[in-house]
Amino acid sequence: MNAISIVLVIIVAFLAGMEGILDEFQFHQPLVACTLIGIVCGQPVAGIVLGGSLQMIAMGWANIGAAVAPDAALASVASAIILMKGGQGAEGAQTAIAVAIPLAVAGLFLTMIARTLAVPIVHAMDAAAENADFKKIEMLQWGAIFMQGLRIAVPAAALCVVSDQVVSNLLNSMPAWLTEGMSIGGGMVVAVGYALVINMMATAEVWPFFFIGFALAAISDLTLIGLGIVAVAIAFIYLNLSEKGGSGAGAGAAAGGSGDPLGDILNDY
Amino acid sequence: MAENEKKVALTKQDRISVCFRSTFLQGSWNYERMQNGGYCYAMIPAIKRLYTTKEEQADALKRHLEFFNTQPYVAAPILGVTLALEEDRANGAPVDDAAIQGVKVGMMGPLAGVGDPIFWFTVRPILGALAASFAMSGNILGPILFFVLWNVIRYAFLWYTQEFGYQAGTAITKDLSGGLLQKVTQGASILGMFVLGSLVQRWVSVNFPIKVSEVALSEGAYIEWDKLPQGGEGIKQAIAQWSSGMSMDPTKVTTLQDNLNSLVPGLAALLLTFLCMYLLKKKVSPIVIILGLFVVGIVFHLIGLM
Repeated sequence: MNAISIVLVIIVAFLAGMEGILDEFQFHQPLVACTLIGIVCGQPVAGIVLGGSLQMIAMGWANIGAAVAPDAALASVASAIILMKGGQGAEGAQTAIAVAIPLAVAGLFLTMIARTLAVPIVHAMDAAAENADFKKIEMLQWGAIFMQGLRIAVPAAALCVVSDQVVSNLLNSMPAWLTEGMSIGGGMVVAVGYALVINMMATAEVWPFFFIGFALAAISDLTLIGLGIVAVAIAFIYLNLSEKGGSGAGAGAAAGGSGDPLGDILNDY
Repeated sequence: MAENEKKVALTKQDRISVCFRSTFLQGSWNYERMQNGGYCYAMIPAIKRLYTTKEEQADALKRHLEFFNTQPYVAAPILGVTLALEEDRANGAPVDDAAIQGVKVGMMGPLAGVGDPIFWFTVRPILGALAASFAMSGNILGPILFFVLWNVIRYAFLWYTQEFGYQAGTAITKDLSGGLLQKVTQGASILGMFVLGSLVQRWVSVNFPIKVSEVALSEGAYIEWDKLPQGGEGIKQAIAQWSSGMSMDPTKVTTLQDNLNSLVPGLAALLLTFLCMYLLKKKVSPIVIILGLFVVGIVFHLIGLM
């Protein structure tokens, strides 16, 4: 990597770090972060392919409540840097992901540190509020966001400084059984994200739609857009019918329990 | 005398400014009072407009440094209501601190319950999966589509719900229990579950290439490569025979995967997903499951099962 690429990568990493907490523009999502790093390193296609593959895995990773999921920002940035330095192009995506996911788990530790360091920052805001010091509160807010940017930018800079040779040697020295096994694992890890999402949304009423989607997806001629159209149509039909007949409400109320029969079975198991 | 009834009012510019600042709501997210710093930061343009004395400003700032936490986008309608309340208060209405804090706390729970599933678990996975399927073939349209659509939806939502909250004031709490919001949530979860079902089938890859049987085929059921004529004619015949259903090899190999797929395509993926759901419900950390699956992948590959 040349100096300009490194600077640009660190800027992208900084944006990803800020977004990792803000969760607004989505610069921390693999699709965006990996693509940007690919572009600034002159390997856009590899970055896009990596972003797409990692997005599928990171699907259900979200900052909610007490649930901890791996840090999408660090996973995207680290895997993209490793891919760019490994020089394998788009083929190296699976290996890069396998290396980056443990890093993303380690990244949780940095998240916890940053969120703890934010406590004294809001205490300083309390003091500034006492004097109605608007400027100071604004500065403190920006300071906190800046700290979140550094959370990803610093590890990214460290990864960039390691010589390309070291990274590609490391990747090449990994035995085939390990990389193949990890990409098999990577194929299964996708299920964890989906399981997180399903656990959040599942009710007796919506389970049938899951199975309709599952069965229809086996028809490989049907594209994802085609499936989306079917899904929207079914949702509208269902909402209209349940409004007209009023029987939908009965079905929902009759379910009882947690309103999630499969979840109940899994719980009782 | 109308001037006296409403001494100060928020301009549209103030409200746009608050809306823009709410982008940074989670910037100082902390373990003590969570999004309080961001909420206060977002309210600053309104506080500056509504209150002139230093005491009033300090009180308002402190009011909005209290505990606050919700899904960051559904904070917009709450900010809208808070703006309406602060405006009333600045014009002399008897709105006390407890009322403002009560509205904020009262709304943040139920709204987070709507915002999390809709944004994190329906819109983002659907847009993400759609865009990722483009991206995996190296098409830049994928990331662009994701980024642009997401931000258009997000800003439209932030601005219109904040305005809605501001216009409706406290009346919004009644709307929350009303039918529309419930319908939107229901429609979104139908859509989400359908798409998840198809994603599990398409993208969770669990493959067992281990051979379960090897049967020698009878003559005429497979292509006899040594009996084909030379050159292009041979290739043509071979393709013709293959497309008429003849096998390429004299033995028929059936893998465990073939058997599973003839039951239900994607059955293994479905079962794996259920297993993950079960483990998550048993409070196993997703991180442990993810690392565990990598270990399983490596071990099963080594023993030749996968």
